[in-house]
Amino acid sequence: MSLWGILAINSVAFGGLLFLLSAGFSLIFGLMRVPNLTHGSMFMLGGYVGSTLYLTWHLPFWLAALGAAATVAVFGGVIERLLLRRLSGSILAQVLVTLGISFIVADFCLLTWTGDPISVATPPGLTGGVRAFGLFFTTYRIAIILVACVVAALLWALLDKTRLGAMIRAGVDDPEMARVVGIRVSRLFTIVFCLGAGLAGFGGIMGAPILTVYPGLDGDMLPLALVVVILGGAGSLLGSLVGSFLIGFVYNFGQAMLPELAYFVLFLPMVLVLVLRPQGLFGRHAP
Amino acid sequence: MADEVLGLGGVDAYYGDSHVLHGVSFALGEARLLGLLGRNGAGKTTCMNVTMGILRPRRGTVTLFGRGIAGQPPEDIAARGMALVPQGRRIFKSLTVHENLLVAARPPQKNGAHAPWTFDTVYATFPRLKERQGQVAAYLSGGEQQMLAIGRALMANPRVLLMDEPSEGLAPQIVAEVMATIRRLKEQGLSIILVEQNAKLVFDIADDIVILNSGRVAVSGTTAELRNSGIDLHQHLGIY
Repeated sequence: MSLWGILAINSVAFGGLLFLLSAGFSLIFGLMRVPNLTHGSMFMLGGYVGSTLYLTWHLPFWLAALGAAATVAVFGGVIERLLLRRLSGSILAQVLVTLGISFIVADFCLLTWTGDPISVATPPGLTGGVRAFGLFFTTYRIAIILVACVVAALLWALLDKTRLGAMIRAGVDDPEMARVVGIRVSRLFTIVFCLGAGLAGFGGIMGAPILTVYPGLDGDMLPLALVVVILGGAGSLLGSLVGSFLIGFVYNFGQAMLPELAYFVLFLPMVLVLVLRPQGLFGRHAP
Repeated sequence: MADEVLGLGGVDAYYGDSHVLHGVSFALGEARLLGLLGRNGAGKTTCMNVTMGILRPRRGTVTLFGRGIAGQPPEDIAARGMALVPQGRRIFKSLTVHENLLVAARPPQKNGAHAPWTFDTVYATFPRLKERQGQVAAYLSGGEQQMLAIGRALMANPRVLLMDEPSEGLAPQIVAEVMATIRRLKEQGLSIILVEQNAKLVFDIADDIVILNSGRVAVSGTTAELRNSGIDLHQHLGIY
Protein backbone atom coordinates (compact mmCIF):
# COMPACT_ATOMS: atom_id res chain seq x y z
CA MET A 1 0.00 0.00 0.00
CA SER A 2 1.46 3.30 -0.96
CA LEU A 3 2.30 5.97 1.53
CA TRP A 4 0.59 8.52 -0.68
CA GLY A 5 -2.69 6.68 -0.58
CA ILE A 6 -2.69 6.45 3.20
CA LEU A 7 -1.76 10.08 3.54
CA ALA A 8 -4.49 11.12 1.14
CA ILE A 9 -7.19 9.19 2.98
CA ASN A 10 -6.01 10.45 6.34
CA SER A 11 -6.02 13.95 4.95
CA VAL A 12 -9.60 13.72 3.76
CA ALA A 13 -10.73 12.24 7.08
CA PHE A 14 -8.87 14.88 9.03
CA GLY A 15 -10.46 17.47 6.75
CA GLY A 16 -13.85 16.09 7.73
CA LEU A 17 -13.02 16.55 11.41
CA LEU A 18 -11.76 20.05 10.72
CA PHE A 19 -15.03 20.86 9.01
CA LEU A 20 -17.02 19.81 12.10
CA LEU A 21 -14.72 22.06 14.13
CA SER A 22 -14.53 25.05 11.84
CA ALA A 23 -18.09 25.23 10.44
CA GLY A 24 -19.30 26.46 13.81
CA PHE A 25 -16.31 28.73 14.24
CA SER A 26 -16.97 30.24 10.84
CA LEU A 27 -20.66 30.79 11.57
CA ILE A 28 -19.99 32.40 14.93
CA PHE A 29 -17.16 34.55 13.61
CA GLY A 30 -18.68 35.38 10.25
CA LEU A 31 -22.27 35.89 11.30
CA MET A 32 -21.99 37.19 14.84
CA ARG A 33 -18.52 38.77 14.56
CA VAL A 34 -17.48 37.02 17.75
CA PRO A 35 -13.89 35.69 17.67
CA ASN A 36 -14.69 32.72 19.87
CA LEU A 37 -11.39 31.49 21.26
CA THR A 38 -13.19 28.86 23.34
CA HIS A 39 -13.85 26.90 20.16
CA GLY A 40 -10.87 24.58 20.69
CA SER A 41 -12.09 24.03 24.25
CA MET A 42 -15.52 23.10 22.93
CA PHE A 43 -13.85 20.45 20.75
CA MET A 44 -11.85 19.09 23.68
CA LEU A 45 -14.81 19.21 26.06
CA GLY A 46 -16.85 17.26 23.51
CA GLY A 47 -14.10 14.66 23.41
CA TYR A 48 -13.98 14.30 27.20
CA VAL A 49 -17.73 14.30 27.76
CA GLY A 50 -18.30 11.91 24.86
CA SER A 51 -15.59 9.51 25.99
CA THR A 52 -17.07 9.45 29.49
CA LEU A 53 -20.54 8.76 28.15
CA TYR A 54 -19.15 6.04 25.87
CA LEU A 55 -16.50 4.39 28.03
CA THR A 56 -17.84 4.88 31.57
CA TRP A 57 -21.58 5.04 31.05
CA HIS A 58 -21.42 2.50 28.21
CA LEU A 59 -23.79 4.40 25.96
CA PRO A 60 -23.74 3.45 22.27
CA PHE A 61 -21.11 5.54 20.46
CA TRP A 62 -23.52 7.64 18.40
CA LEU A 63 -25.67 8.37 21.42
CA ALA A 64 -22.57 9.37 23.36
CA ALA A 65 -21.56 11.65 20.48
CA LEU A 66 -24.98 13.30 20.43
CA GLY A 67 -24.89 13.62 24.22
CA ALA A 68 -21.49 15.32 24.00
CA ALA A 69 -22.73 17.67 21.30
CA ALA A 70 -25.81 18.58 23.34
CA THR A 71 -23.77 19.17 26.50
CA VAL A 72 -21.30 21.43 24.74
CA ALA A 73 -24.13 23.25 22.93
CA VAL A 74 -25.75 24.05 26.28
CA PHE A 75 -22.39 25.19 27.65
CA GLY A 76 -21.95 27.44 24.60
CA GLY A 77 -25.43 28.85 25.07
CA VAL A 78 -24.69 29.71 28.70
CA ILE A 79 -21.48 31.51 27.74
CA GLU A 80 -23.27 33.45 25.02
CA ARG A 81 -26.22 34.45 27.19
CA LEU A 82 -24.32 35.30 30.35
CA LEU A 83 -21.07 36.77 29.02
CA LEU A 84 -20.69 37.44 25.32
CA ARG A 85 -24.14 39.05 25.13
CA ARG A 86 -22.87 41.85 27.38
CA LEU A 87 -19.76 42.41 25.29
CA SER A 88 -21.31 42.76 21.86
CA GLY A 89 -19.28 44.95 19.57
CA SER A 90 -16.18 44.93 21.75
CA ILE A 91 -13.78 42.56 20.03
CA LEU A 92 -10.92 42.91 22.50
CA ALA A 93 -13.20 42.10 25.43
CA GLN A 94 -14.59 39.11 23.55
CA VAL A 95 -11.10 37.82 22.77
CA LEU A 96 -9.95 38.16 26.38
CA VAL A 97 -13.09 36.66 27.90
CA THR A 98 -13.19 33.68 25.54
CA LEU A 99 -9.47 33.11 26.07
CA GLY A 100 -10.05 33.23 29.83
CA ILE A 101 -12.87 30.73 29.58
CA SER A 102 -10.66 28.42 27.55
CA PHE A 103 -8.10 28.41 30.42
CA ILE A 104 -10.87 27.67 32.91
CA VAL A 105 -12.18 24.82 30.75
CA ALA A 106 -8.67 23.41 30.35
CA ASP A 107 -8.15 23.36 34.13
CA PHE A 108 -11.60 21.94 34.70
CA CYS A 109 -10.82 19.11 32.29
CA LEU A 110 -7.46 18.47 33.95
CA LEU A 111 -9.19 18.31 37.31
CA THR A 112 -11.96 16.04 36.13
CA TRP A 113 -10.27 13.74 33.63
CA THR A 114 -6.64 13.97 34.88
CA GLY A 115 -3.71 14.62 32.59
CA ASP A 116 -3.61 11.13 31.05
CA PRO A 117 -4.72 10.92 27.46
CA ILE A 118 -7.94 8.99 26.99
CA SER A 119 -7.93 6.59 24.09
CA VAL A 120 -11.30 5.82 22.65
CA ALA A 121 -11.52 2.53 20.78
CA THR A 122 -13.02 2.67 17.31
CA PRO A 123 -16.72 2.03 17.83
CA PRO A 124 -17.88 -1.51 16.97
CA GLY A 125 -19.23 -1.79 13.46
CA LEU A 126 -16.75 0.78 12.22
CA THR A 127 -13.56 -1.20 12.84
CA GLY A 128 -11.56 -2.72 10.05
CA GLY A 129 -11.52 -1.39 6.56
CA VAL A 130 -12.31 -1.81 2.93
CA ARG A 131 -9.87 -2.64 0.19
CA ALA A 132 -10.43 -0.79 -3.06
CA PHE A 133 -8.29 0.53 -5.91
CA GLY A 134 -5.35 -1.30 -4.36
CA LEU A 135 -5.69 0.81 -1.22
CA PHE A 136 -6.88 0.07 2.28
CA PHE A 137 -9.58 2.43 3.54
CA THR A 138 -10.21 2.46 7.29
CA THR A 139 -13.95 2.22 7.84
CA TYR A 140 -13.97 4.76 10.65
CA ARG A 141 -12.23 7.36 8.50
CA ILE A 142 -14.77 6.84 5.75
CA ALA A 143 -17.51 7.25 8.37
CA ILE A 144 -16.03 10.61 9.43
CA ILE A 145 -15.98 11.79 5.82
CA LEU A 146 -19.60 10.75 5.36
CA VAL A 147 -20.69 12.40 8.61
CA ALA A 148 -18.92 15.63 7.62
CA CYS A 149 -20.68 15.59 4.25
CA VAL A 150 -24.06 15.00 5.87
CA VAL A 151 -23.46 17.81 8.38
CA ALA A 152 -22.38 20.12 5.55
CA ALA A 153 -25.54 19.34 3.59
CA LEU A 154 -27.76 19.84 6.64
CA LEU A 155 -26.10 23.15 7.52
CA TRP A 156 -26.41 24.38 3.94
CA ALA A 157 -30.09 23.42 3.87
CA LEU A 158 -30.68 25.12 7.22
CA LEU A 159 -29.02 28.38 6.25
CA ASP A 160 -30.04 28.60 2.61
CA LYS A 161 -33.39 26.86 2.40
CA THR A 162 -35.27 27.58 5.61
CA ARG A 163 -36.97 30.63 7.05
CA LEU A 164 -34.77 30.35 10.14
CA GLY A 165 -31.68 30.49 7.93
CA ALA A 166 -32.99 33.52 6.05
CA MET A 167 -33.70 35.22 9.40
CA ILE A 168 -30.15 34.53 10.55
CA ARG A 169 -28.76 36.03 7.34
CA ALA A 170 -31.09 39.02 7.68
CA GLY A 171 -29.82 39.52 11.22
CA VAL A 172 -26.28 39.55 9.88
CA ASP A 173 -27.09 41.97 7.04
CA ASP A 174 -28.72 44.60 9.24
CA PRO A 175 -29.39 43.61 12.87
CA GLU A 176 -31.39 46.75 13.67
CA MET A 177 -33.65 46.43 10.64
CA ALA A 178 -34.08 42.72 11.34
CA ARG A 179 -35.45 43.62 14.78
CA VAL A 180 -37.72 46.22 13.19
CA VAL A 181 -39.34 43.57 10.99
CA GLY A 182 -39.91 41.53 14.14
CA ILE A 183 -37.00 39.07 14.08
CA ARG A 184 -35.74 38.22 17.56
CA VAL A 185 -32.10 38.62 16.62
CA SER A 186 -30.64 37.93 20.05
CA ARG A 187 -32.45 34.60 20.23
CA LEU A 188 -31.15 33.67 16.76
CA PHE A 189 -27.59 34.46 17.75
CA THR A 190 -27.91 32.20 20.78
CA ILE A 191 -29.13 29.43 18.48
CA VAL A 192 -26.17 29.96 16.14
CA PHE A 193 -23.75 29.93 19.06
CA CYS A 194 -25.23 26.72 20.49
CA LEU A 195 -25.14 25.12 17.06
CA GLY A 196 -21.50 26.06 16.51
CA ALA A 197 -20.46 24.89 19.97
CA GLY A 198 -22.42 21.65 19.60
CA LEU A 199 -20.77 20.91 16.25
CA ALA A 200 -17.32 21.45 17.77
CA GLY A 201 -18.21 19.13 20.65
CA PHE A 202 -19.49 16.56 18.17
CA GLY A 203 -16.20 16.88 16.26
CA GLY A 204 -14.28 16.30 19.50
CA ILE A 205 -15.84 12.91 20.18
CA MET A 206 -15.81 11.94 16.49
CA GLY A 207 -12.11 12.66 16.42
CA ALA A 208 -11.36 10.87 19.70
CA PRO A 209 -10.70 7.41 18.19
CA ILE A 210 -8.09 9.01 15.89
CA LEU A 211 -6.62 11.85 17.94
CA THR A 212 -7.33 10.57 21.49
CA VAL A 213 -8.43 13.13 24.05
CA TYR A 214 -5.67 14.86 26.01
CA PRO A 215 -4.87 18.13 27.79
CA GLY A 216 -3.77 20.58 25.13
CA LEU A 217 -6.09 19.24 22.45
CA ASP A 218 -7.90 22.58 22.63
CA GLY A 219 -4.76 24.53 21.84
CA ASP A 220 -3.89 22.13 19.02
CA MET A 221 -7.27 22.52 17.34
CA LEU A 222 -8.00 26.23 17.72
CA PRO A 223 -5.25 27.43 15.35
CA LEU A 224 -6.42 24.90 12.76
CA ALA A 225 -9.95 26.29 12.97
CA LEU A 226 -8.53 29.80 12.57
CA VAL A 227 -6.50 28.82 9.52
CA VAL A 228 -9.47 27.09 7.90
CA VAL A 229 -11.78 30.04 8.43
CA ILE A 230 -9.27 32.62 7.25
CA LEU A 231 -8.53 30.49 4.22
CA GLY A 232 -12.15 29.74 3.33
CA GLY A 233 -13.66 33.04 4.36
CA ALA A 234 -15.55 33.77 7.57
CA GLY A 235 -19.24 33.00 7.45
CA SER A 236 -18.98 30.91 4.29
CA LEU A 237 -20.03 27.31 4.69
CA LEU A 238 -18.49 26.34 1.36
CA GLY A 239 -15.33 28.13 2.42
CA SER A 240 -15.16 26.05 5.62
CA LEU A 241 -15.65 22.85 3.66
CA VAL A 242 -13.00 23.59 1.04
CA GLY A 243 -10.66 25.14 3.61
CA SER A 244 -10.99 22.09 5.90
CA PHE A 245 -10.03 19.60 3.23
CA LEU A 246 -7.24 21.85 1.99
CA ILE A 247 -5.78 22.17 5.47
CA GLY A 248 -6.37 18.45 6.06
CA PHE A 249 -4.06 17.75 3.14
CA VAL A 250 -1.51 20.44 3.94
CA TYR A 251 -1.31 19.33 7.58
CA ASN A 252 -0.90 15.61 6.89
CA PHE A 253 1.43 15.90 3.94
CA GLY A 254 3.40 18.67 5.61
CA GLN A 255 3.98 16.60 8.73
CA ALA A 256 4.96 13.53 6.74
CA MET A 257 7.23 15.18 4.22
CA LEU A 258 8.59 18.30 5.89
CA PRO A 259 8.20 17.65 9.61
CA GLU A 260 10.58 20.48 10.51
CA LEU A 261 8.55 22.90 8.46
CA ALA A 262 5.09 21.49 9.31
CA TYR A 263 3.81 24.71 10.84
CA PHE A 264 5.37 26.83 8.13
CA VAL A 265 3.62 24.75 5.49
CA LEU A 266 0.39 24.95 7.49
CA PHE A 267 0.31 28.71 7.87
CA LEU A 268 1.79 29.60 4.49
CA PRO A 269 -1.52 29.29 2.61
CA MET A 270 -3.16 31.46 5.28
CA VAL A 271 -0.54 34.17 4.84
CA LEU A 272 -0.92 34.04 1.07
CA VAL A 273 -4.68 34.34 1.31
CA LEU A 274 -4.43 37.22 3.78
CA VAL A 275 -2.12 39.06 1.41
CA LEU A 276 -3.84 38.29 -1.87
CA ARG A 277 -7.49 37.86 -0.91
CA PRO A 278 -8.15 39.03 2.64
CA GLN A 279 -11.83 38.06 2.60
CA GLY A 280 -10.83 34.40 2.09
CA LEU A 281 -11.43 32.16 -0.89
CA PHE A 282 -15.22 32.22 -0.54
CA GLY A 283 -15.76 35.09 1.87
CA ARG A 284 -18.02 37.99 1.04
CA HIS A 285 -16.15 40.70 2.87
CA ALA A 286 -12.91 41.13 4.73
CA PRO A 287 -13.12 40.42 8.45
CA MET B 1 -60.86 62.67 14.83
CA ALA B 2 -61.47 58.97 14.46
CA ASP B 3 -60.20 56.61 17.16
CA GLU B 4 -56.57 57.19 17.96
CA VAL B 5 -54.32 54.27 17.10
CA LEU B 6 -50.95 55.85 17.76
CA GLY B 7 -50.02 58.81 19.88
CA LEU B 8 -46.84 60.59 20.90
CA GLY B 9 -47.09 62.70 24.04
CA GLY B 10 -44.40 65.18 25.02
CA VAL B 11 -41.58 63.13 23.55
CA ASP B 12 -38.03 64.29 24.20
CA ALA B 13 -35.30 62.37 22.43
CA TYR B 14 -31.54 62.67 22.25
CA TYR B 15 -28.73 61.32 20.12
CA GLY B 16 -26.01 61.21 22.71
CA ASP B 17 -25.94 64.74 24.09
CA SER B 18 -27.75 66.43 21.25
CA HIS B 19 -31.37 67.14 22.01
CA VAL B 20 -33.30 66.27 18.83
CA LEU B 21 -36.99 66.16 19.80
CA HIS B 22 -38.52 68.73 22.18
CA GLY B 23 -41.85 67.69 23.62
CA VAL B 24 -43.29 66.33 20.37
CA SER B 25 -46.96 65.34 20.52
CA PHE B 26 -49.29 64.22 17.78
CA ALA B 27 -51.86 61.50 17.16
CA LEU B 28 -52.71 59.22 14.29
CA GLY B 29 -56.36 58.26 13.83
CA GLU B 30 -57.70 54.91 12.67
CA ALA B 31 -57.49 54.49 8.89
CA ARG B 32 -56.06 57.97 8.46
CA LEU B 33 -52.93 59.15 6.77
CA LEU B 34 -50.79 61.60 8.67
CA GLY B 35 -48.15 63.50 6.74
CA LEU B 36 -45.08 64.44 8.76
CA LEU B 37 -43.29 67.34 7.13
CA GLY B 38 -40.18 69.28 7.94
CA ARG B 39 -36.81 70.36 6.71
CA ASN B 40 -33.76 68.17 6.76
CA GLY B 41 -32.80 67.61 10.38
CA ALA B 42 -36.17 68.72 11.75
CA GLY B 43 -36.52 65.40 13.58
CA LYS B 44 -38.86 63.46 11.29
CA THR B 45 -36.79 60.28 11.14
CA THR B 46 -36.07 60.54 14.86
CA CYS B 47 -39.84 60.55 15.45
CA MET B 48 -40.11 57.35 13.43
CA ASN B 49 -37.18 55.77 15.29
CA VAL B 50 -38.74 56.59 18.64
CA THR B 51 -42.13 55.27 17.52
CA MET B 52 -40.66 52.02 16.22
CA GLY B 53 -38.53 51.48 19.33
CA ILE B 54 -35.18 51.96 17.62
CA LEU B 55 -34.47 55.00 19.79
CA ARG B 56 -35.59 55.20 23.40
CA PRO B 57 -37.17 58.56 24.27
CA ARG B 58 -35.82 60.23 27.37
CA ARG B 59 -39.20 61.68 28.32
CA GLY B 60 -42.75 61.39 27.09
CA THR B 61 -45.12 58.65 26.05
CA VAL B 62 -45.76 56.62 22.93
CA THR B 63 -49.04 54.74 22.88
CA LEU B 64 -50.18 52.14 20.37
CA PHE B 65 -53.84 51.16 20.62
CA GLY B 66 -53.92 52.78 24.04
CA ARG B 67 -50.93 50.87 25.46
CA GLY B 68 -47.62 52.48 26.30
CA ILE B 69 -44.79 51.23 24.09
CA ALA B 70 -42.07 53.81 24.76
CA GLY B 71 -38.78 52.07 25.40
CA GLN B 72 -39.94 48.66 24.23
CA PRO B 73 -37.68 46.81 21.79
CA PRO B 74 -38.61 47.07 18.10
CA GLU B 75 -39.37 43.35 17.78
CA ASP B 76 -42.08 43.67 20.44
CA ILE B 77 -43.53 46.78 18.82
CA ALA B 78 -43.56 44.97 15.47
CA ALA B 79 -45.48 42.15 17.13
CA ARG B 80 -48.10 44.67 18.29
CA GLY B 81 -48.92 45.59 14.72
CA MET B 82 -46.55 48.35 13.65
CA ALA B 83 -44.28 48.23 10.62
CA LEU B 84 -41.70 50.63 9.25
CA VAL B 85 -40.58 51.37 5.70
CA PRO B 86 -37.30 52.94 6.72
CA GLN B 87 -35.42 55.81 5.21
CA GLY B 88 -32.92 54.48 2.69
CA ARG B 89 -35.08 51.33 2.28
CA ARG B 90 -32.67 49.07 4.19
CA ILE B 91 -33.72 45.87 2.49
CA PHE B 92 -31.69 42.79 3.36
CA LYS B 93 -29.25 42.95 0.48
CA SER B 94 -27.83 39.44 0.59
CA LEU B 95 -31.27 37.83 0.74
CA THR B 96 -33.42 37.17 -2.29
CA VAL B 97 -36.57 39.21 -2.89
CA HIS B 98 -38.65 36.26 -1.73
CA GLU B 99 -36.57 35.81 1.43
CA ASN B 100 -36.87 39.51 2.26
CA LEU B 101 -40.63 39.03 2.33
CA LEU B 102 -40.41 35.65 4.06
CA VAL B 103 -38.45 36.83 7.10
CA ALA B 104 -40.97 39.60 7.79
CA ALA B 105 -44.12 37.52 7.29
CA ARG B 106 -46.50 37.47 10.23
CA PRO B 107 -50.09 36.24 10.41
CA PRO B 108 -52.66 39.03 10.68
CA GLN B 109 -53.95 40.05 14.09
CA LYS B 110 -57.53 39.07 14.79
CA ASN B 111 -58.97 42.54 14.45
CA GLY B 112 -56.97 43.47 11.36
CA ALA B 113 -59.02 45.76 9.17
CA HIS B 114 -58.32 44.39 5.71
CA ALA B 115 -57.71 41.10 3.97
CA PRO B 116 -54.42 39.57 5.10
CA TRP B 117 -51.25 40.27 3.16
CA THR B 118 -49.62 37.18 1.70
CA PHE B 119 -46.96 36.52 -0.91
CA ASP B 120 -49.74 36.45 -3.49
CA THR B 121 -51.25 39.79 -2.57
CA VAL B 122 -47.87 41.51 -2.23
CA TYR B 123 -46.78 40.12 -5.59
CA ALA B 124 -50.12 41.19 -7.09
CA THR B 125 -49.53 44.71 -5.77
CA PHE B 126 -45.93 44.78 -7.03
CA PRO B 127 -45.76 42.52 -10.09
CA ARG B 128 -42.13 43.44 -10.66
CA LEU B 129 -41.19 41.85 -7.35
CA LYS B 130 -42.79 38.63 -8.49
CA GLU B 131 -40.69 38.65 -11.65
CA ARG B 132 -37.58 39.07 -9.53
CA GLN B 133 -38.49 36.93 -6.56
CA GLY B 134 -35.43 34.67 -6.89
CA GLN B 135 -33.01 37.54 -7.38
CA VAL B 136 -30.66 38.78 -4.69
CA ALA B 137 -32.09 42.07 -3.45
CA ALA B 138 -28.82 43.98 -3.84
CA TYR B 139 -29.30 43.88 -7.62
CA LEU B 140 -32.71 45.55 -7.66
CA SER B 141 -33.16 49.08 -8.96
CA GLY B 142 -33.95 51.86 -6.51
CA GLY B 143 -37.66 51.76 -7.30
CA GLU B 144 -37.77 47.99 -6.97
CA GLN B 145 -35.94 48.20 -3.65
CA GLN B 146 -38.55 50.67 -2.43
CA MET B 147 -41.35 48.34 -3.50
CA LEU B 148 -39.58 45.52 -1.67
CA ALA B 149 -39.26 47.64 1.47
CA ILE B 150 -42.99 48.38 1.32
CA GLY B 151 -43.86 44.77 0.52
CA ARG B 152 -41.70 43.59 3.41
CA ALA B 153 -43.54 45.90 5.80
CA LEU B 154 -46.91 44.71 4.50
CA MET B 155 -46.01 41.02 4.96
CA ALA B 156 -46.16 41.63 8.71
CA ASN B 157 -49.85 42.53 8.29
CA PRO B 158 -49.44 45.74 10.25
CA ARG B 159 -52.28 47.93 11.45
CA VAL B 160 -50.04 50.98 11.59
CA LEU B 161 -47.52 51.67 8.84
CA LEU B 162 -44.69 54.18 9.17
CA MET B 163 -43.15 55.28 5.88
CA ASP B 164 -39.99 57.34 6.03
CA GLU B 165 -39.41 59.23 2.77
CA PRO B 166 -40.50 56.50 0.39
CA SER B 167 -40.08 58.88 -2.56
CA GLU B 168 -36.45 59.64 -1.81
CA GLY B 169 -34.16 59.16 -4.78
CA LEU B 170 -36.82 57.80 -7.11
CA ALA B 171 -37.71 58.91 -10.64
CA PRO B 172 -40.95 60.94 -10.88
CA GLN B 173 -43.01 58.20 -12.51
CA ILE B 174 -41.90 55.71 -9.84
CA VAL B 175 -42.81 58.24 -7.14
CA ALA B 176 -46.29 58.48 -8.65
CA GLU B 177 -46.55 54.70 -8.56
CA VAL B 178 -45.48 54.56 -4.92
CA MET B 179 -47.96 57.30 -3.99
CA ALA B 180 -50.76 55.44 -5.77
CA THR B 181 -49.88 52.37 -3.72
CA ILE B 182 -49.93 54.37 -0.49
CA ARG B 183 -53.36 55.77 -1.38
CA ARG B 184 -54.65 52.24 -1.99
CA LEU B 185 -53.28 51.05 1.36
CA LYS B 186 -55.08 53.89 3.11
CA GLU B 187 -58.31 53.03 1.32
CA GLN B 188 -57.92 49.47 2.62
CA GLY B 189 -58.06 50.84 6.17
CA LEU B 190 -54.40 50.96 7.11
CA SER B 191 -53.36 53.81 9.42
CA ILE B 192 -50.27 55.45 7.96
CA ILE B 193 -47.67 58.03 8.88
CA LEU B 194 -45.92 59.35 5.79
CA VAL B 195 -42.70 61.26 6.34
CA GLU B 196 -41.82 63.51 3.44
CA GLN B 197 -39.74 66.48 2.47
CA ASN B 198 -41.98 67.13 -0.49
CA ALA B 199 -44.95 69.09 0.86
CA LYS B 200 -46.90 68.91 -2.38
CA LEU B 201 -46.99 65.11 -2.31
CA VAL B 202 -48.22 65.15 1.27
CA PHE B 203 -50.93 67.77 0.73
CA ASP B 204 -52.24 65.63 -2.14
CA ILE B 205 -52.66 62.51 -0.08
CA ALA B 206 -52.76 63.19 3.68
CA ASP B 207 -55.78 63.60 5.99
CA ASP B 208 -53.77 65.26 8.72
CA ILE B 209 -50.48 67.11 8.65
CA VAL B 210 -47.83 67.74 11.27
CA ILE B 211 -44.94 70.06 10.48
CA LEU B 212 -41.81 69.75 12.56
CA ASN B 213 -39.34 72.57 12.93
CA SER B 214 -36.10 72.10 14.86
CA GLY B 215 -37.50 69.14 16.78
CA ARG B 216 -40.78 70.87 17.78
CA VAL B 217 -44.26 70.59 16.35
CA ALA B 218 -44.67 73.90 14.54
CA VAL B 219 -48.02 73.34 12.89
CA SER B 220 -50.58 70.58 13.00
CA GLY B 221 -54.11 70.11 11.77
CA THR B 222 -56.14 68.48 9.04
CA THR B 223 -55.02 69.02 5.50
CA ALA B 224 -58.07 71.15 4.73
CA GLU B 225 -57.47 73.35 7.79
CA LEU B 226 -53.89 73.95 6.83
CA ARG B 227 -54.76 74.63 3.22
CA ASN B 228 -57.35 77.23 4.21
CA SER B 229 -55.39 78.81 7.02
CA GLY B 230 -52.92 80.42 4.70
CA ILE B 231 -49.99 79.38 6.87
CA ASP B 232 -46.73 80.36 5.30
CA LEU B 233 -45.23 76.96 4.59
CA HIS B 234 -42.01 78.54 3.45
CA GLN B 235 -41.35 79.61 6.98
CA HIS B 236 -41.23 75.97 8.13
CA LEU B 237 -40.28 74.06 5.06
CA GLY B 238 -37.89 76.32 3.21
CA ILE B 239 -38.01 76.40 -0.51
CA TYR B 240 -41.31 74.74 -1.44
